[in-house]
Amino acid sequence: MSNILDLNLAGLQKAIRDKNLSAKEITEAYLQAIEQNYQSNCFISVTEEKAIQMAKESDKRIERGEALALDGIPIGVKDLFCTSGVRTTAGSNILSNFVPQYESTVTEQLWRDGAIMLGKCNMDEFAMGSANTTSYFGSVENPWTTRAKFGKKLVPGGSSGGSAAAVSGGLAVAATGSDTGGSIRQPASFCGIVGMKPTYGRCSRWGMVAFASSLDQAGPLTRTVQDAAILLKSMAGYDPKDSTSANVSVPNFELALNGDIRGLRVGVPREYKREETPPEIENLWQKGIDILKKAGAVISDVSLPHTKYALPTYYIIAPAEASSNLARYDGVRYGLRAEQAELQDMYQRTRDEGFGDEVKRRILIGTYVLSAGYYDAYYLKAQRVRALIKQDFDNVFENVDVLLTPTAPSEAFAIGENDDDPIKMYLNDIFTVPTSLAGLPAISIPGSLSDTGLPLGLQVVGKMFDEESVLKVGDILESGVEFTLQEVGKQ
Amino acid sequence: MKGLIEGQTGTWEVVIGLEVHAQVSSESKLFSGASTAFGAKPNTQVSLIDAAMPGMLPVINQHCVRQAIKTGLGINATVNLKSVFDRKNYFYPDLPQGYQISQYKQPIIGEGTLTIVSEDGEKEIGIERIHLEQDAGKSMHDQHPSKSFIDLNRSGVALMEIVSKPDMRSAVEAAAYIRKLRSIMRYLGTCDGNMQEGSLRCDVNVSVRKIGEELGTRCEIKNVNSIRFVQQAIDYEARRQVELLETGASIDQETRLFDASTGQTRSMRSKEEAHDYRYFPDPDLLPLEFSQNYVDEIKAELPELPDNKRDRFVSEFGLSAEDADTLVEEKATAEFYEELSNGRDKKLAANWVITELFGALNKSGIGLRESKVDAHNLGSLIDLISDGTISGRIAKDVFGEMFESGGSAGSIVASKGLRQISDSRQLTGLIDAVLSENHDKVTEFREGKDKLFGFFVGQVMKRSQGQANPKLVNELLKEKLHG
Amino acid sequence: MSLDKTMVQRVSQLARIEIEETQLETTARELNNILEWIEQLNEVDTEGVEPMASVTGHELPKRDDDVTDGGYPEKVLKNAPDRESDFFAVPKVVE
Ligand SMILES: [Mg+2]
Ligand SMILES: [Zn+2]
Repeated sequence: MSNILDLNLAGLQKAIRDKNLSAKEITEAYLQAIEQNYQSNCFISVTEEKAIQMAKESDKRIERGEALALDGIPIGVKDLFCTSGVRTTAGSNILSNFVPQYESTVTEQLWRDGAIMLGKCNMDEFAMGSANTTSYFGSVENPWTTRAKFGKKLVPGGSSGGSAAAVSGGLAVAATGSDTGGSIRQPASFCGIVGMKPTYGRCSRWGMVAFASSLDQAGPLTRTVQDAAILLKSMAGYDPKDSTSANVSVPNFELALNGDIRGLRVGVPREYKREETPPEIENLWQKGIDILKKAGAVISDVSLPHTKYALPTYYIIAPAEASSNLARYDGVRYGLRAEQAELQDMYQRTRDEGFGDEVKRRILIGTYVLSAGYYDAYYLKAQRVRALIKQDFDNVFENVDVLLTPTAPSEAFAIGENDDDPIKMYLNDIFTVPTSLAGLPAISIPGSLSDTGLPLGLQVVGKMFDEESVLKVGDILESGVEFTLQEVGKQ
Repeated sequence: MKGLIEGQTGTWEVVIGLEVHAQVSSESKLFSGASTAFGAKPNTQVSLIDAAMPGMLPVINQHCVRQAIKTGLGINATVNLKSVFDRKNYFYPDLPQGYQISQYKQPIIGEGTLTIVSEDGEKEIGIERIHLEQDAGKSMHDQHPSKSFIDLNRSGVALMEIVSKPDMRSAVEAAAYIRKLRSIMRYLGTCDGNMQEGSLRCDVNVSVRKIGEELGTRCEIKNVNSIRFVQQAIDYEARRQVELLETGASIDQETRLFDASTGQTRSMRSKEEAHDYRYFPDPDLLPLEFSQNYVDEIKAELPELPDNKRDRFVSEFGLSAEDADTLVEEKATAEFYEELSNGRDKKLAANWVITELFGALNKSGIGLRESKVDAHNLGSLIDLISDGTISGRIAKDVFGEMFESGGSAGSIVASKGLRQISDSRQLTGLIDAVLSENHDKVTEFREGKDKLFGFFVGQVMKRSQGQANPKLVNELLKEKLHG
Repeated sequence: MSLDKTMVQRVSQLARIEIEETQLETTARELNNILEWIEQLNEVDTEGVEPMASVTGHELPKRDDDVTDGGYPEKVLKNAPDRESDFFAVPKVVE
C-alpha cells in the first residue's frame, strides 16, 4: 500500500472501493498531516471532530454497500463557503466570529455525496488578492518553498491560496475555491496543481460570501484533471436559490476524458504574447501547443483585440460590486462590532478595524466609480468594454473549440513582494481576468518547472458550458507534459 | 380655483407631487419566502436573505410582478416589458444589505393617469412611474435610553412606489388622489391600503409659486401615514414656505418630518448628509422581462374599476353622478350596492345605501364590514316597501331596529305589527274619525284652504301609528273631501 | 479625473470607512495611481456598445408566492453583537 497522502482523489476512490482503505484511516492521515504542517497556515479552522464524525458515517455507508461517490474523500473548503455551525471568516477580521446557521449549496452537495470536511482554508480577505497576503489570519506558505529549496517563503497565489497550498502540500486531497478574476487558476499555477473555474452560473453562489457577484464562481482545486472532473460534478448544478444559476444539466465530466482530441480546434490568442513574459513561460506555452498538435488538434492563431483592457475593466466592475456587497458588514446583525456611543462612529470604527487595507482600497475605488458624476465615465464605460471583451471571445469561438494560454505571467514570488504596489499585484491576473469577465470555463494545468524549479501553469479556456472540452484538453496536456506533483515532490 | 394662498405680496399657488409607497398584497416577500403578515413577533418573519446574511441571494416573487402590472394597467400606464432592479446604496441599521433593491432607470411601469374629483370638478393627475422595491425593517428609538431596536419583519416586503407628477394644487386634491389610488388598488386587490398598518405611506413634495411662474424649490415631507396628516402637512408646509418667501428668504430643498402632535413639519437632522445612492444594476438579479401576451392575459382578467363602474351606474342605472361616485369609491360599498340593487329599483337601493346605511354607519362610527345589516337583509326591507307591505316611513324604523339588532326585516315587521294598512274599509274608518273631530277645518278646506289637505293626511297617519298606506289615504281623503 | 483630499473624504464617508486626516493624502495618491491606470479604458471606442451587466443569458427565474422561509428568530439573532429580547440593538439613532 502506497502512502495515503500520495493518492489522488480517484486513487482514494479506488482504494475505498477495493476496501484497502477506510474513510477513517484516510481522514486521520490528513488530519495528522495538517497538524504537522500547521505552520503553513493553510487552514483558518480545522474541523477535526466533524471530519472524524463524517468519516465514520462514510465507513458505515461503505460497509452497507451504499457508498456515495465521494465517501471517504477528505477535502478543504475555502473559508468563504458558509458552513453551518462552523465559523466562516472570508479571511476577514470583520467575520472573525461569524458562525453561519446555514450551509452553502456547493458544500451541501459535497456532503450529500459523502465528502469529508477537514476544515476551512485560508484565503485573501474577501477573496481580494493574488498572493494570500491580505488574509487577516496571516499569509500561507507555498509548499514549493521547501521543494524548490527557495530561500524565502513563497506565496501560494490567491485568493484561494490556502486551498491550493493544502492540495499541493498534501494537507487535503482536493479543495474548493472561488474564482472572481483568477483566484482558483493563478494559485493552482503557483502551487503546481489543477484548478478549474467553471462557466459562470455552473455552480450555485448561494451561501458563498460575495466579492463581485457578476464574476464569482466556485470551482475545484485538485491534483489531477480527473479529480477536478469528479469534484466539479458534485459541486455543480442548478440552484433555484441563485437567480444567476444556470438551469442546464450537469454532464458526467469524467466521461469527457477520452483522450481523443483529433480535429479539435485550438486557438492561440496572439494578444497574450507580451514582451514582459519570461521565456520559460513562452517555452511552456509552445510545449503545450506541441502536445496538442501531436495529439491531433488543429492549432490556429487567433485575436482577442480587447485583451489589454480586461484588467482595468475588472478593476472597475469588481470593486464597484464589492463596495455594495460589503456594505452589509456594518456591525449590526453579525460579525465584528466596535462599540461606540454614536451609530455613525460604530459603523466607521467597525469597518475600519474589520477590513484590511486592500479591502478598504477596493471599497473606496468601488464607491468612487459608482458615485454621482463618475458613474458613466467609469462604471458604464467598463460595462461597455466588458461587452466588447465578451464579443471578442464569441467571435473567436466561431472558429475554434478551446483557447490555450499561460495561466499566470510569473512563477510564485516571495511573501511580501509586490505588496507595496497594488497594480503590480493586479497584473498577476492578466491572463485569467478576460475569461472571468466573459464568464467562460477555464482550467489551469501544471505544465513545467521554471528555471528556479517552481511550477508554471497552462490555461485552457472553453465556450460557455463546455467544461467537457476544457477538461478533455486539460487531460491531454496533463499526460503530455510529464509533470506530476508527486514525482516532483519526491525529488 | 381653491387651494390658493393670499399673501402680502400676491396670490400663491401650491404645487404638490406625491410618492406613495404601497405594500403589494402578497403572502411572501419580494425576494424571499418569509411571510408578510402584519403584527408578528419581532424577527420571526425574517429569512436569512432578509437579514442579509453573507452569501444570501434574492429570487423574485412572480405574484408581486403581476400585482405591479395590474396596478399599472389600473392607471392606464405603460407596462415596460423589460425593467431592471438596481441597488440603492446607503447605510441605515434597519437596511440589512446596506442597499435597497429598487428600480431606478428602468421601472416596471411608466406613465399613467388617474382622475380625481376635486373642488373644481374632475381633474386628471399624471403618474410618472411605478417601481417595485423592498421595504426596510423597523427601527424603534423610544424603547431604551441609549439604544435603538431593530425588527426585520418588514425587511424585504414588496412595495410599489407610485410617483405622481406635480399636478396637485391643494391638500384636498392630494387627499382625493390618495383616496382614488387606494380605491383602484383595492379593486385590483394589489394593495389593501391600510394606512394604520403602514401598507400605504406617502412622501409629500410641496412647493409654492406665484401663478404662472416657474416651479419653486420643493421640500419633501417623508413617510406621512394618514390622509388627514397629508392634508395638515401640506397646509402647514405651504404656509411656511409662503411666509418665508414673503420675508425675502429662500427655501432650502430638504427632507422634512411631519409631527402629528403639533401638525407641523420640521427639518430632518439625520438626513442632512448629502446622499449619493450609487445606483447600479443588482448583479444578483437579471433584467425582469415578460411578454406582451403575459400583460394582455392580466389585462383580460382585470375587474371593473371604479371609473367604469361609476359610468355604468349613471348610464344604465340612472343614478346621479354624485351618488354613483359615492357608491364606487370603496370596492366593498360598490359590491354591497350591486348585490342589493340586483333585481330591485336601482335608485331606491342607492338612496337606502347612501342616506340610511351610511348615515347609520357614520353615526355609530363603524364600517360596512362591521355592519349587522347585510345586502340580503336590506334587500328584503326594500322589497317590503316595493310590495306595499310597509311604508317608507315605517321602513326607516324597521331599518333602525335591524341596524341595532341585526334581525331580518320580515320578522321585525311581523313581531311589531308594522304591516301597512291598505284595507280601504279600515282606512275609511280612520278618515271618518279624523274628519268628524275636525269639523271646522273640513269647512275651511271646502271654502278653499287647499293647504289643509296635508294636515288631514298627517292626522290619519298619526291615528294609524304610521301604518296607513299613504297613497291610499291620499286617494280616499280626496274622495271624502271633494265628494 | 483626479481625486483630491476632499473627494477621498467624501467617498470614505459614503463607504463608512474611517480615514485619519493624516492618511488622506497618501490614500488619495494611492487611489489616483489606480484610477490613472484604469483610465486607459478611455482609449477604447465604445460608441453604440450596450453596457453588459451580466454574462448570464437566461431569463430571470421567478418563484411562486408561497411562505417557505422564516420563523427562526434564534437563527437570525444568533450572531448579533448586541440584542435586546428579540430585537437587534444599536446605538440610539437620533432623527
Ligand atoms: Mg421618496
Ligand atoms: Zn421608495
